[in-house]
Amino acid sequence: MKKTNDVILQTVTKIITFMIILFSIDLFFSGHYTPGGGFIGGLMTAAALLLILLAYDIKTLQVILHVDFKLMTATGLLIAILTGTGALLFNEPFLKHAFDYINLPILGETSLHTAVLFDIGVYLVVIGVTMTIIQTIGESE
Amino acid sequence: MEILMSIVIGILFMCATYLILSKSLLRIIFGTLIISHAVHLLVLTMSGLKRGAAPILTDGVTAYTDPLPQALVLTAIVIAFGVTAFFLVLGFRAYQEIGTDNMDEMRGTEGND
Amino acid sequence: MINLPLLPILIPFITAAVLMFFPKRIKAQRTISIISSLGAVIASFVLIFTIRQNGIQTVNLGGWDAPFGITLVSDMLSALLVAATSIITLFVIWFSFYYMDEGHERHYYYVAVQFLLVGVNGAFTTGDIFNMFVFFEVMLISSYVLIVLGGKKEQLRESFKYVLINVISSALFVIAVAYLYSIVGTLNMAHVSERIAEINQPGILTVIAIFFLLVFGLKGGIFPLYFWLPGSYKAPPIPILALFGALLTKVGIYAIIRTYTLFFYHDTGYTHMILGVLSMLTIVVGVIGALAYRDVKEIIIYNIIIAVGVILYGVSVMTPEAIEGSIFYLLHDMIIKAALFMLAGIMIAIVGSSHLKDMGGLIKEYPWVGWTFFIAALSLAGIPPFSGFVGKLLIVQGGFRAEEYIGPGLILLSSLLVLYSVMKIFTNGFWGTPKEYHGLKASMAFKLWIPTAAVVVIAIAYGVGAEAVRPFITQAVEPLVNPAIYIEAVLKE
Repeated sequence: MKKTNDVILQTVTKIITFMIILFSIDLFFSGHYTPGGGFIGGLMTAAALLLILLAYDIKTLQVILHVDFKLMTATGLLIAILTGTGALLFNEPFLKHAFDYINLPILGETSLHTAVLFDIGVYLVVIGVTMTIIQTIGESE
Repeated sequence: MEILMSIVIGILFMCATYLILSKSLLRIIFGTLIISHAVHLLVLTMSGLKRGAAPILTDGVTAYTDPLPQALVLTAIVIAFGVTAFFLVLGFRAYQEIGTDNMDEMRGTEGND
Repeated sequence: MINLPLLPILIPFITAAVLMFFPKRIKAQRTISIISSLGAVIASFVLIFTIRQNGIQTVNLGGWDAPFGITLVSDMLSALLVAATSIITLFVIWFSFYYMDEGHERHYYYVAVQFLLVGVNGAFTTGDIFNMFVFFEVMLISSYVLIVLGGKKEQLRESFKYVLINVISSALFVIAVAYLYSIVGTLNMAHVSERIAEINQPGILTVIAIFFLLVFGLKGGIFPLYFWLPGSYKAPPIPILALFGALLTKVGIYAIIRTYTLFFYHDTGYTHMILGVLSMLTIVVGVIGALAYRDVKEIIIYNIIIAVGVILYGVSVMTPEAIEGSIFYLLHDMIIKAALFMLAGIMIAIVGSSHLKDMGGLIKEYPWVGWTFFIAALSLAGIPPFSGFVGKLLIVQGGFRAEEYIGPGLILLSSLLVLYSVMKIFTNGFWGTPKEYHGLKASMAFKLWIPTAAVVVIAIAYGVGAEAVRPFITQAVEPLVNPAIYIEAVLKE
């Protein structure tokens, strides 16, 4: 394939990737009470990674982020299920979540939920699945 | 508003049916994509399109929207996303393996007699 | 243990996630899969006996009370189906140790099977109509993965059709649920039933009933909607075909049974009449296919379609006796279809082809396979004392009591032709002069035969011990005939 000149795309990518990832983390945490959460947070992070993949190539992405996305999916899935299963130990219905208000240094009074753990699982699964799909198509070209 | 949405959904279904009945793999996949959009809009419309606040979160809200269809639509979108991605990969592999994206030419005879 | 109904879903789910970490280590994959399937079997039997003693079990996920949250409901019907599913999966996994190529096993085969188990068990257990859609999708996506596994040309072509059909039927499912929600304003199945009873099923709900029939019929393979089934099921390797044939169509049938006894039982003159006519036509086309083909796989695949017709006919009659027959036959059919496909797998492993013209005289070298097949064939056709007999007898009796004669007559006639179609395999494949076989896995035949024989033994035990099984089936029928039992158990009023 002819090498194309995409300086603009590559330069923009370098800056904007971090913004997208930061925004995705913001979205992830805002899912606590308001719209947001693991799914769209993960999708947005995947979009940032995809941008790197488009601007450079798959090798650059692997140098930056050396993880096996299939393993990432598996890890996320396991975290999500085990969080739900945790309720079984206390003889509560599956997926019942627990929360408490804890005084943390700096942050002050914060509400901590086990649902966040579940969401981290979802976040990882979404990134893993999306990137696996894109890699599957990309590799065979 | 509901009537307008119904018409839009109808048009989407029409386009999707047209695409699915064509012979190219890619067009068929686009057809399923559009059909899932139409279905998601239908789910949203079915509960009535009302303007209002989110229920439960704040006190004293009189006009609120039904949150359930939104949850359903989100689930359906996630599933449609996964299935479409899989379908694209499958279509791509089929194109590579068989060497054509025309459903007519795909009709093979091996194994049949 | 309030989460008991959840265990047969949760065990394969966790297993699938764990198995994803080391897809290349086949030994570990096999061991963990078989242990977890055994766990699912044990959990489902504990569940059955708990329900026998304490009645219907429910779990409100996340502690949100019904009808607001998602509820999982295990009545006897779903528990029995879950148990049958887990048993079949256990033996099919065992069978695939010796049948599948290593390449398949490395490509997440066991993971996909476990996810399939999650989807099927979930669809049987859920008490929420939208959640049923979600479990259907879990089941379907893993079946997509299974059907393309290997990626041969024929498989790719057939799986494209299979995925397309199922994407469209899923879209129809969501549409049906959306319509239902717009009228009754709830998704909890018990609550839906209650609301429909309050408004006494006006015409629009009958339309939705037909919509649901269309959706589940497409999955189950009833008369005009079965067209995709023979082609798609023929493509994948035998263990996958055994899982599909034994489980996937049955999920569609279960969904029809559930919705038609719980939701749409007010206007039976219309909806159940359509169901009855379609099921009779299903039997006819199934029989024609089973007689016409001379390929072992295809003959048994068309027998799936016949069984779908027989079971749904029993449901359409809607008398307690006929429904009891249907459920009896449903469980029988799951077990015996798995056994027959596994037997066909052994024949293919020996001969290297699934066509009858390449077979002949197998019984000389492999008498154990031959006689196991003979017993399975008799059982499929419903010869007493084997398991198909009791179910068919009850369905036919129920039909005659309801003063219908065409349906029961058709079922009796179809039994004869089913017997002919499988005996065709027996006479052409096992009798006659031996031919040269080109199977690559002929040395594995005995190892393959052990799990198969175990499934056949279960089928025989199910038939001979029908007297012992009957109280369980009777308990399964109660909530179907009297939806109030189901509603009360879920909503706890």
